[in-house]
Order: sequence, then structure tokens, then C-alpha cells
Amino acid sequence: MTITTTVNGVERTVDVPPATSLLTLLRDELGLTGSKNACEQGECGSCSVWLDGELVCACLVAAVQADGRAVRTVEDLGQPDRLHTVQDAFVATGAVQCGFCTPGFVVAVADLLERDPHPSDETIREALAGNLCRCTGYSKIVAAVHLAAETAA
Amino acid sequence: MSVRTRSGRVGESARRVDGVPKVTGAYAYGSDLRAEHMLWGATVRSPHASARIHGIDVGDAARAAGVACVLTAADLPAARTFGLEFADQPVFADGVVRYVGEPVAVVAAETLAEARRAADLVTVEYEPLPAVTDMEQALRPDAPLVHELGNVLRHVHIRHGTGAEVDAEVWVEGYYETAMQDQAALGPEGGLAVPAADGSVDLYVATQWLHVDRQQMALCLGLPDEMVRVTLAGVGGAFGSREDIHMQIHACLLALRTRRPVKIVYGREESFHGHVHRHPSRSWIRYGAKRDGRLVAADVRLLMDGGAYASSSGPVVGNAATFAAGPYDIPNVAVEATAVYTNNPPCGAMRGFGAPQVCFAYESAMDELAAKLGIDALELRLRNAVQTGSVLPTGQVLEGPAPVREVIERCRSVPLPPDEPLVGRDAIAYPGGAGNVGRGEALKRGVGYAVGYKNVAYSEGFDDAAEATVTLRPSADGPVAVIRTAAVDYGQGLYTVLAQIARTELDLDEVVFEPSSTDSGSAGSTSASRQTTMSGGAVLGACRAIRETLGEGPLEEPIARTFTYHHRPTTGLDEEGQGRPHVSFSFAAVRAVVEVDEELGLVRVLQLAAAQDAGRVMNPQGAEGQVEGAAAMGLGLALTEEVQLADGAIRNASFTDYLIPTILDVPRIVSEFIEQPEPDAPYGVKGIGELATVAVTPAVLAALRAATGRPLNRAPVRPDDLVGIEPPVRSNGRAPIPDVPGQRPIPEYHGLGLGQQQLMKARER
Repeated sequence: MTITTTVNGVERTVDVPPATSLLTLLRDELGLTGSKNACEQGECGSCSVWLDGELVCACLVAAVQADGRAVRTVEDLGQPDRLHTVQDAFVATGAVQCGFCTPGFVVAVADLLERDPHPSDETIREALAGNLCRCTGYSKIVAAVHLAAETAA
Repeated sequence: MSVRTRSGRVGESARRVDGVPKVTGAYAYGSDLRAEHMLWGATVRSPHASARIHGIDVGDAARAAGVACVLTAADLPAARTFGLEFADQPVFADGVVRYVGEPVAVVAAETLAEARRAADLVTVEYEPLPAVTDMEQALRPDAPLVHELGNVLRHVHIRHGTGAEVDAEVWVEGYYETAMQDQAALGPEGGLAVPAADGSVDLYVATQWLHVDRQQMALCLGLPDEMVRVTLAGVGGAFGSREDIHMQIHACLLALRTRRPVKIVYGREESFHGHVHRHPSRSWIRYGAKRDGRLVAADVRLLMDGGAYASSSGPVVGNAATFAAGPYDIPNVAVEATAVYTNNPPCGAMRGFGAPQVCFAYESAMDELAAKLGIDALELRLRNAVQTGSVLPTGQVLEGPAPVREVIERCRSVPLPPDEPLVGRDAIAYPGGAGNVGRGEALKRGVGYAVGYKNVAYSEGFDDAAEATVTLRPSADGPVAVIRTAAVDYGQGLYTVLAQIARTELDLDEVVFEPSSTDSGSAGSTSASRQTTMSGGAVLGACRAIRETLGEGPLEEPIARTFTYHHRPTTGLDEEGQGRPHVSFSFAAVRAVVEVDEELGLVRVLQLAAAQDAGRVMNPQGAEGQVEGAAAMGLGLALTEEVQLADGAIRNASFTDYLIPTILDVPRIVSEFIEQPEPDAPYGVKGIGELATVAVTPAVLAALRAATGRPLNRAPVRPDDLVGIEPPVRSNGRAPIPDVPGQRPIPEYHGLGLGQQQLMKARER
């Protein structure tokens, strides 16, 4: 099937098999490997992206559902020389270890802070309950969210 | 990976050298790699725990759309088996299958979807055979044999003093079980094999030890070592799961056959079948004491399920045996520890490496003893704690610092979390969160402690040396240190610490890392809490060698020095389990505070406080991160994590059904460090990555017992256990002690190769 979707501000027209997920489209067709595939079931949040501004697990969205819509991925958030405040906070607080879950967390936290610029611990934990991390025990991720909120203020 | 970084010396919270590419999504993990004209591989796996293969028909698969190649055991060019310790594991099932998930064939096709479809078209004719799916069954005389050499993989016997034949004034006796745990690294197994025109091959892979991968790969590919080059790809966590070969040989075989690059990446379900797990265990333990609380005897029987192949079961059960009596000064100890082969999925290395299972048993028994004697549980531990100069059950004298009392006192001094009102909370603050239909009527709080210990680096005579090369190079902005190491950083922050060492020793700011590959000498495995000591020692040695050659004037030519770091020698265990098996030890005390809903069996952990013996903290932020992550993994084994098996088949091979702790499950973790430098270790360091995993599980169980009054003796605890629907697990009686030729793993007596130990011996020649 041929679909046209805007990815990180650029219109892309691609031919994909009907069963292709948005995650496979991003990673294997468009080479955007920042969104990670860790569970394929929407349990871990490693593939978090925005679809028309809404936070979704790209593994649970069919590529054809992105037809005519706008996708934004971690690659659009910041660049090495000008990191997004959330990205910088993750590095500064030690919230990154193996880093495999990190792009998904960064996207989910950026989304949270857009909705709630100064979240409480409880709000942070509830908002990030769909993102799994196996390395950090989450303490420094909570610290990163607070730091990003302070920095952005 | 080549990175540049500028700031942070030893003892500072230097920023991670790989932090920026990881937060932007640019960091390339094994599963992110691609190449022009690349094929995708897919693996055909056994649906049976034990079966004979009468035939494999690959015709339909080979003719399917997009398929370039199908390989089975019939296509193997050289060695047919591999293994970390012993080459007992077939590259492809060779006439029989011994566990559900064992690879039988691989397919390479133009797309992943085509490869997976073709894998489904491979027809295997199986004759199911009786399977051994229980570790006690494995020891019965009538049990089917998993391998011809018998079902005992290793038995370790330790006698210290008069063993268990002691007149103690008080005895306690307990039976404890732990489940199979999965490492569940977020990054799946993955890599890319690229063939070269001269018949050699490059593999880019997420792994833990490049050289031991190559050693096994080269034998099975029928190539000399130098024609198999392994380069590290980004590693999305490991925790032991990447010590064993998974897709390495398969991808290279396909690439060499098709003369095209081949990528293999496992999905989550396949990942559960594609790597080893933490050994399930059963422990029978007795402690004998005087009425004043002084321990006089420990008597431990331990059984571990090694699954279908040896992997690292030998050293795991060796480790478990040597730690089985706890970090206590006990004059008489008897330990009988057995790992068996079964037709369950293979078990091997996972964070803690045998220490968590026994810590759960001995710390639970210590609490029983404290209750029986009417002595405070921590006081009992303080009275018996080992210290420098203590003699361990193996006869090994504790030479380095052993601040057991200090970690206990520091842990106890951490303020408890404040009381919370039982009613009127936000739903998220109840055990089980919003799923809790009660409103605080049945909440009980409990506090529990545990103390654990573990070794640093490899043991039992294994010289796991590490090499590193440092080049000091002039540049317009001042001298730059270039570090070349084959050591793997799988997330714990090794490279950051190595950069801190180079900055400190050479008094500079900029450090560059060359890609890690088999082009340099072995750095040993990133496991056993060893790399800060071993590769840290190698970088330190290289930097100091450079410093010795530096003149007074400005640096004009690059100076390169290579250094190989060896730890103190260790020995194997003699026939009574005596020797000097371990390099050094570190200790931790953990306190868990929990809240249990006694009607619903739901748990909320309010706080974990860990005090750890670190030798020297190289990077405070990184050290805290290690403790926090290790604690979360121990919490998982305490409450939710269990690979559930039915007739040898994994029933919950997904993150929907295998529950690793979420951010709602893991509480605030307080980490405290005791710094007493280890003699002759670089900067006095000890390993820090494993201990919290070891001690958190028993601490959480102790807290749950305190809250509920129930004798919980199995980890993980299930809601049914907490509300009393399920009684404590019962023992069928102590497992028998098998008849074995000696202390070494049984495959060794049958002439199977010594795996990674051969690698080290080859290097010495």
C-alpha cells in the first residue's frame, strides 16, 4: 500500500505491506532507528513517538494509520550540539545507562512536560508507567524529569 | 564507538561518555545495524523439550519468496557444538532436541517478514521423548538422561571444621525456593555479519566478551581466529544474558554461505528462548547456634536447575556453594551443592551469579534463628559478621577489608520513610495502585533486613586478565588520550570510568575511544563486577607506563603503551572444598520497607535502603545508578519476576506476561557507600553492580514476613501466598548427594573442552 505521511516535518511517500507497523516503517524503511523495538506489544514504551501530537507506541500503530498524518520522533527533538532540555537532563542526572529505553523515555517526558510543566513525583510515575527501564531503577529518571522542569522554567 | 569527552576525574560524577548519542537516538545498537544488500535471518526452534529428529525438510522454505539460504546441522562446516565452559551445545540440533526453543535451522531472506514466513515452512519430523523438567526428578535413578554423561552437571562439596556434626544449643531448619528469572535486557539479541572477499567475516554484535565469542565462532565456522573479526555494537543491557553465543554463529554461517551481509535480531518472545536465565534453586539450610547467638554450624544442601546445556552452571553453582553459609564467622560448615541438567531452558549467568539464591536462603534462616533465640535480627548478624582475618568455609582467609558491621550500621541509620495515613490516599499510593479496590482497611507495614556478599572477578583459578592500550597524542588543544580496549560497556558506565582514570593519571581533559574489537587483546568479560578492577587496572597501568617515559618538554610524538592487568591468583577447590577460590569480596546490607494489603495480597515497597562496601567510589552518580538498578532487579525476583514453565515450555515469554518492575513498583532507593580501599586493586576499587540484587530479594521477603506473619519461603512471592490461599512450598526431603568423580564440572571429566579457560591458556602460550 502506498501511504503519504509527514515524518519530522518532511513529507514521505512509501509503499508498505499492509501488516507493517509504524515502528517498522520508521526503523526499516525510513532508517529512523532512534525509536526502539523492545517488546512489540506496547508494554515498554521504547518506541514512543507522537502521531498528530498524541503520544503513541509506534509498534501498536499500523503504518497505514499514519497516512495523511504527522509523525514526530526522537530524532526531531534535539541535536548533539543543542539538546532538548529533557535530553540534557537525562545525561546530567545519570538517567541513562544502556540507553535502549532512553529515546522512548525522553519522548514521553517531553510530552508530559508539555501538558504539565511542573509535575509531582506521583504524576511523573503515573505518566511514565508505560515505559520500562531495566538498568536504572528509575530513581534518576524521576530526578531527570524534575531537572528538566526546572531548566525549562 | 568513537567518542570524545572532556571533563571528570576519578571520584567525580563525570558525565557518561556515550550520553549524548543515547538521548538523541543516534547510538547504534546491535538491532539498529544495516548494510547494503543485507539479508535478514530467522531461526527455526524446537517446540519439544526432548525429542528425536527423524528428518528435516527445508524444500518449501528454500523455494519460498525472497529466500536466499536455509541451513541445518547437515550444513555445518566444522565444529558442531559450542559453549562458554564446555562445548556441549549444538549450533543446530543434531539428531535430538533438548529444550523448547533449541535452534534447529536458520533461514536468510530479503526481508524479515520473508525470513520468518520461510522459517515456518521448515518441516521437522520429531519423535517426542520423555523429558526431565524438574531438578529433583533429574537426580532420580529412573530419570531419562538429558546427556549421555548423566544428569549431574556439577556437584560441590565443602567441609569446614567438623561440618554439620556439632552439638549446637539451638538449631533452625528451613527450605527455600527461588524461581527462574530472566535478565530482560531491553535491547534484544542482535547483530550483523559481513563476509569479506577472502572468505573471512566481520560480526558487529551486542555481547559481553568479544574474544570468547570469537573463540567459539571460529571453531564452528572452521576459520582461523584472524579470519573472524568481532566488533562491538551498542549493547542494550546484558546482566549476564549475552555471555553465551546466540545469533553470532548463525549469522556468520549465513553470510559466508550467501556472500551477503546478514542481520539477525530476536523479537522479545524469541529473546526469552534465545538466552540463558537465572537458575531456579531449592535450598535446605540448617543453622546451629549457642544461646547467646553465636553460630556454631551451617549445613546447606542446594540444588540448581542448569537446564539443557552447561553454559556457566559450573561456576555458578561453585559460587553459590562458597557463599551458601552467609557472611558469618562459622567454625563448622557443610555444603553440598548440585547443578543438574534438565530439559528446561538453559540457565547461566545473571547478575549475582549464584549469590542471590543462597542469600535468600541464609538470610531467611538467620531471621528464623533470631526469632527463636529472641535476639534482634540485626544484632544476631552483628555478633556473627565476618571481618578481616576471618576464615571462610573454603578455608580462604578474608584478607581485604570486610566492613560487614559498617554496612549494617549505615543501612540501619538511614531514616525510615514517614508514616502515611491509611485512608484518604490518592489511589496510586495504595498497594496495587488504582487496581486496589480496598481503601486502606487491610494495610500492614513491615520492615526487613538482609546482608549479602559476593566475589569480584572470576574465581577458582581462572586468570581473566584484561588488556588495554592508551596512546597519548599531541593536539593543538593539548594532549589527548586515546583508549583502545576490547572491554564491553553495556550500560553500566565502564568507558566513563576508564576516561576518568586516563584524565586523572595523564592530567588532561580529552579522551577518545577507539571501537572495541578483537583487533586488540582480550579484556575479559564484562561480568562478575570485574571491569572497573580489571580494565580499570589495565588503563591505569598503561597510563603510568606512559608517564614514566614523558620528558620535561612538550609532547611531540604520540606515545602508546599496552598493559595487561592480572588480579591476584586464585585456586580451585580441593576434595574437601578447601582453597582460595575468590579474588576479593564485597558486602552489602539492605533494608526494605513494605506495605501489604492483607486481603488482596498486593504489595507496595515504600523504600529500599542499601549500604554497600565499594572499596572506592569512582563515579558517585554512576555508583548510585548501579545500586538502584541492581535493587530494582532484586525487587523483581522478590515480587513479580518468574519465567513460568509447563513441561519445559516458557508460558510467559513477553513483557505483557513476564513482569519486570515499572516506575510505579520501584520506590525511592537510598544508596550508601562504605569506602575502605581493597589492597592492590586499582584505586582500591571493588565491584558494585551486583550486590544490591543479591540482598534486596531476601530483604523484601523479610519485610513481607514481618508485615503478614506468614512464613514465606519462595521468591517471587505471589498474592496467593500473601493472603494464605497458597501454603508455604514444601520440601520433598533433602535431595540426595550424587556420586561424582570430583569437584569439577562433570563435562570436564568427559573430555569436553574448557571453553573460555582454553582461550586464556592459549594466550599464555
